Amino acid sequence: MNLQAFTQARGVSGNEGAAREVILKAVQDHIDEHIVDALGNLICHKRPRRPAPEGGRAPRIMLAAHMDEIGLIVTGINSDGSLSFGKVGGIDDRVLVSKQVLVGESAVPGVIGYPPIHLIPRSERDRAPDMTKAVIDIGATDKAGAEKLASPGDYVTFRGEWAELDPTGQRTVMAKALDDRAGCAVLAELLQGDYAVDLYAVFTAQEEVGTRGARVAAARIAPDLAIALEGTICDDLPRLPEDDTSPVTRLGDGPAITFMDRSFIADRRLLNLLLRVAEAKGIPHQFKSAVAGGTDSGAIHVTGGGVPSITVAVPTRYIHAPISMLSLKDLDHTVQLVQAALYALEGGLPS
Amino acid sequence: MKEMIKRLVEAYGPSGHESTIGAIISEMVRPHVDELHTDALGNIIALKRGTGSGHAIMVASHMDEIGLVVTWVDEKGFLRFAATGGVSPVTLVGGRVRFANGTLGVIGWERWMRPDAGTRRPEMDELYIDVGATSRETCPVGVGDACGFVRPYEEFGTRLVAKSMDDRIACAIAIEVLAGIGSSPHDLYFVFTTQEEVGTRGALTAAYGIEPTVGIALDVTMVGDTPKARPMAVSLGEGPAIKVMDSGMLAHPGVVRWMITTAEAAGIPCQREVLLGGSTDARAIQTSRAGVPAGCISIPCRYVHTPSEMVDFGDVEHSVALLKALLTGPIAL
Repeated sequence: MNLQAFTQARGVSGNEGAAREVILKAVQDHIDEHIVDALGNLICHKRPRRPAPEGGRAPRIMLAAHMDEIGLIVTGINSDGSLSFGKVGGIDDRVLVSKQVLVGESAVPGVIGYPPIHLIPRSERDRAPDMTKAVIDIGATDKAGAEKLASPGDYVTFRGEWAELDPTGQRTVMAKALDDRAGCAVLAELLQGDYAVDLYAVFTAQEEVGTRGARVAAARIAPDLAIALEGTICDDLPRLPEDDTSPVTRLGDGPAITFMDRSFIADRRLLNLLLRVAEAKGIPHQFKSAVAGGTDSGAIHVTGGGVPSITVAVPTRYIHAPISMLSLKDLDHTVQLVQAALYALEGGLPS
Repeated sequence: MKEMIKRLVEAYGPSGHESTIGAIISEMVRPHVDELHTDALGNIIALKRGTGSGHAIMVASHMDEIGLVVTWVDEKGFLRFAATGGVSPVTLVGGRVRFANGTLGVIGWERWMRPDAGTRRPEMDELYIDVGATSRETCPVGVGDACGFVRPYEEFGTRLVAKSMDDRIACAIAIEVLAGIGSSPHDLYFVFTTQEEVGTRGALTAAYGIEPTVGIALDVTMVGDTPKARPMAVSLGEGPAIKVMDSGMLAHPGVVRWMITTAEAAGIPCQREVLLGGSTDARAIQTSRAGVPAGCISIPCRYVHTPSEMVDFGDVEHSVALLKALLTGPIAL
């Protein structure tokens, strides 16, 4: 399965090479050409496979899924052999304690150490840990020893092995980097289809640090419209059952369609088209019921003279943590929904 | 002009949902322009061609208003929401809203009449909209639908009050200028922009498409003339404010000079503005492509981003006169 291989590739923002290689291998037989641009975006082009209806021009559609994952970066090597680090992308300090990591190109194993409960004063136990002085312990005992294993600037990924749970029900899987290798897997799947659209499938770089890759990719492509494919917040667990107020998404309820987040307001025509095809095909779907987060659509929609854009996402529990979880049923339904939308868009954007 | 203002300020149009107000504005400007089109983000771009080899001037007024967007409909038909643009929960309790399909709603607060309600301010996630529905199934609006505030336009002497003076008063000024300007050496692009309140997104793509050589935003600004106001050297009734700086833009010094000398030459009162919070479409125009000399004419406004924004009609008329003078004369930056 593509998703498993994609999640296990290591690719923190700015260092997406390994993830890019795995993805390219999975899609190269289904595209006409590809380039890797200056920021590391993998831009795949698939020309229209059929003429556009009624002799019209095939619309140029950009589908974007980001390759990069959140992670850490080594900022210094200490005299005791430990590594100081900074965060790459949005990470809550609370999820870092005692996590296993892999450091640098050679994937040196390490742990983000923290004092055991015995040494935490009772008054501090209900507070978030202060991670400002936390370090990565790679087992080195002095600076010289650590320098043989790591250097400042080395990227650090979380260890988050793939596991399949509930195989006959929701087909839940667990892994690191589901945000956004889930979108990458959806996009790779979509590339196997044939469309009457001029398709640019972009596996973007540096989304987690500010949708930087998508901005330059969209400027190069100048698409007629764009769909970003994401893994998005899923807050259905843990949650009080009686709380009937804006859950973001629920696992198993289908792809989440964004009407607005902090980075953009979805194009109403695309929103209505997605809802229409989902109803027509009986594909389960839900709204992302919160105005939170940002996606590549935020960068794409204000490129050039403007690009009608929308985001469709696989609900993903525990995003931006070292391990996250999604339902393969949701992922399959996301592929079906976007595929149906691509067919419906063959004549261009409805007015 | 007041009739036009009433029509504009009472119209529906939260950010991202500007097609209704866009249609009203298109109808008003169509008789006065050479070209009219809508771009990918919904900006209305009206071109009045110049007579000579003047500048390409982009004049931006934003059509969108702050509002709310539904994030959830609960089992009993109450709506939860998020803000589109800078909305303070303090301005919401007991307010009324209207959706694109005409549905009206009242904003309620979970804590209203509870013992601690008098000692704390409402949080956004404690508020809800009641549209009179009794269940999720019968609710006439759904997730993703947006609403604007409902308040009638009122005149208190020379003061005008409405829910969306920000920035429909500027739309009115732009249309008034367009209707009365006669000929100009410059190509005049009057742009009625979308999505300003969520980050000047419409102006960004409009400026890219137009490639102006000079950019002017028309927007409201805050004032320092109300009781215990944060000190600010702008008052209602003392003329349009020429923006020198705000938190998103330093106006082009040549544009500032051009605006001030033009106002002085024409005997139009004006004020200088330094705004410490907020910005305008001029920010987006200024940094478009390789950069555009840009500035902003601000209409002093009390109670900005509340349902009762107040401007002075004299300031409005002087803004019309100033913009007209700017757009018809030669420009040396």
